[in-house]
Amino acid sequence: MIKLEPRGERSSTMAYLSPVFAALLTMLTGLILFTLLGVDPVEALLTILYVPVSDTHGIAELCVKTTPILLCAIGLSVVFKAKIWNIGAEGQLLMGGLFGSYIALQLIEAEAFWVLPIVLISGVLGGMFWSGLAAILKVRFNTNEILTTIMMNYIALNILLWAVHGPLKDPEGFNFPESALFGDSALLPVLIEGTRVNFGMALALLAVVAVWVLMSRSFYGFQIKVMGVDAGAARLSGFKEKRLTYFALLLSGGLAGLAGVGEVTGPIGQLIPQISPGYGYAAIIVAFLGRLHPLGILLASLLMALLYMGGEMAQISLGLPLALTGLFQGMLLFYLLACDVLITFRIRLKPGKVTSRPPLPPLAPETQG
Amino acid sequence: MDIDLITNILYAMIRTGTPLLIVALGELVCEKSGVLNLGQEGMMLMGAVVGFIVTLLSGSLLLGFLLAMVAGVLMSLIFGLITMELSANQVATGLALTIFGTGLSAFVGSEFVGKPIEGLDPVFIPVLTDLPVIGRMLFGQDLIVYLSFVLFGAVYWFINYSRPGLILKAVGENPHAANAIGLPVFRTRYLAIIFGGAMAGLAGGYLSLAYTPLWAENMSAGRGWIALALVVFASWKAERVLLGAWLFGLASILHLVFQGLGFAVSPNLLAILPYLATVVVLVLLSSNQTRSRLVAPISLGNPFHARG
Repeated sequence: MIKLEPRGERSSTMAYLSPVFAALLTMLTGLILFTLLGVDPVEALLTILYVPVSDTHGIAELCVKTTPILLCAIGLSVVFKAKIWNIGAEGQLLMGGLFGSYIALQLIEAEAFWVLPIVLISGVLGGMFWSGLAAILKVRFNTNEILTTIMMNYIALNILLWAVHGPLKDPEGFNFPESALFGDSALLPVLIEGTRVNFGMALALLAVVAVWVLMSRSFYGFQIKVMGVDAGAARLSGFKEKRLTYFALLLSGGLAGLAGVGEVTGPIGQLIPQISPGYGYAAIIVAFLGRLHPLGILLASLLMALLYMGGEMAQISLGLPLALTGLFQGMLLFYLLACDVLITFRIRLKPGKVTSRPPLPPLAPETQG
Repeated sequence: MDIDLITNILYAMIRTGTPLLIVALGELVCEKSGVLNLGQEGMMLMGAVVGFIVTLLSGSLLLGFLLAMVAGVLMSLIFGLITMELSANQVATGLALTIFGTGLSAFVGSEFVGKPIEGLDPVFIPVLTDLPVIGRMLFGQDLIVYLSFVLFGAVYWFINYSRPGLILKAVGENPHAANAIGLPVFRTRYLAIIFGGAMAGLAGGYLSLAYTPLWAENMSAGRGWIALALVVFASWKAERVLLGAWLFGLASILHLVFQGLGFAVSPNLLAILPYLATVVVLVLLSSNQTRSRLVAPISLGNPFHARG
């Protein structure tokens, strides 16, 4: 008989092992799924996890795909630490892409070094604008940020669609819903010759380090963490809850905006309707999978980017639906949540008369908005 | 604006509001038991894709709707197992359910995109259908719309007047007290979660079998999330869920109204309206902190540990 027994304390070993278990369980389920679909399971797994990165070109593409996911996820790690549920990275990314594109199209003829910084900054501001709205709604009007940020994702997507079908459409583009190609000075410079790895990757890594310093070395980061663990204690210590909320949301929105503008000025080079295959949602999984820790998030974003590439590869060479990526993403998160039980409970296999005390209810029940 | 246009708008309003109403009623019952399931969107999508595939292969709409509900229930059971047995965070698990459901439904349905089926036909109730303005709206709909009226009545009666409804509310307000007086907290919450799953599956099935009889990835387009907001909007009261769902139905078909009035507005901008309305409604209803704390089930979202 299997029994869950409370550990009485959080096991940090399990906290690190749980994402590994989740990844292994997802792979195992994948193997079973492929067998049921009549695909050679080992070949399928190799196609998804190894073939995409089996050459230097593949590794370069992995970096390109990792960049937006990493930027969104590292921003989310800050808000999630504060127990603010920003589900709106996707919308903030789209707004960043839209704002950046608008400026890039205004400056399409300009050839100067300052064009790119201005475009990037406007992208960041676009993301901050979108998450700032969510922050105002949360702080001033007490609305549930999960619902508002989700709604704003849909709103952002429709604004983007309106823009590429209307005002930002390339007048010489044969009526395709696409903007004109940006000028060269608005494009992110390529870091490694012959690949698509661009300056965005460097910015993302910089953001990882910056957030790491912020969260582990600064008083601001400390306040955010305290607020997340115990909002009451933070308030009693005189931490400015509202200011911290604004700060965390603006930071994560800005990084998501940077991810968006990095896509349109990087691998894409123009504004199109599909600038993100759900990077903002994938980033939520990445943030959890990486345990909200910068290093963990870096690893998890690489895995997530690989899943995106593997999904495409499986579609091309095995004829499996592209939706495989989304399916694996969902499984990964489910398994992670399930494995997390091992952090606070241990499994007892022995049948026995060991009667465990039920765990005490938490002292301060989490309140949901 | 002529009378035909108004008749058509009212008809479309109910039709569009129906999936929202069904899924929101399920979530209402679920939240009344203290369980916040953010996975509505994922369960709806699974209901939609399973219902569609079953009907396409079997030719039976009834079977399609039934299995759509089964799909919703199975999805909700995953949520139930992870949140109840493994005490995982309800918010994170609900999100996972939506992400998983979106992925799985797209995966399962990838070969069925764009295939045509014969959708659910309206059933005209003699005489009443011919009433001016409201005839078509209330008596010229399909069976699921009528079923949604019945479901509303049942949920309304259940929550407000039945003994199990009282137990449901007790569990949602204070599961520990409920447990102490011998009420089955776990069973109640499981049943509420399952009911929520069945309703979400049915609503999803309505989308793919009646509303737009086809399957497309992500076809619920945020309705599951709007339904969650609807429950807040309704202050956890069934009659306001009904009103809210129909109002949101109206917001979603405003492009018809605009076309009828001869305005040319970008369809993408009009598509924003239901989402924008959701945000506005949330702002209006949540601004008063004390009030929003009083109307929500007190233990909403809190896990219950001690097994009774």
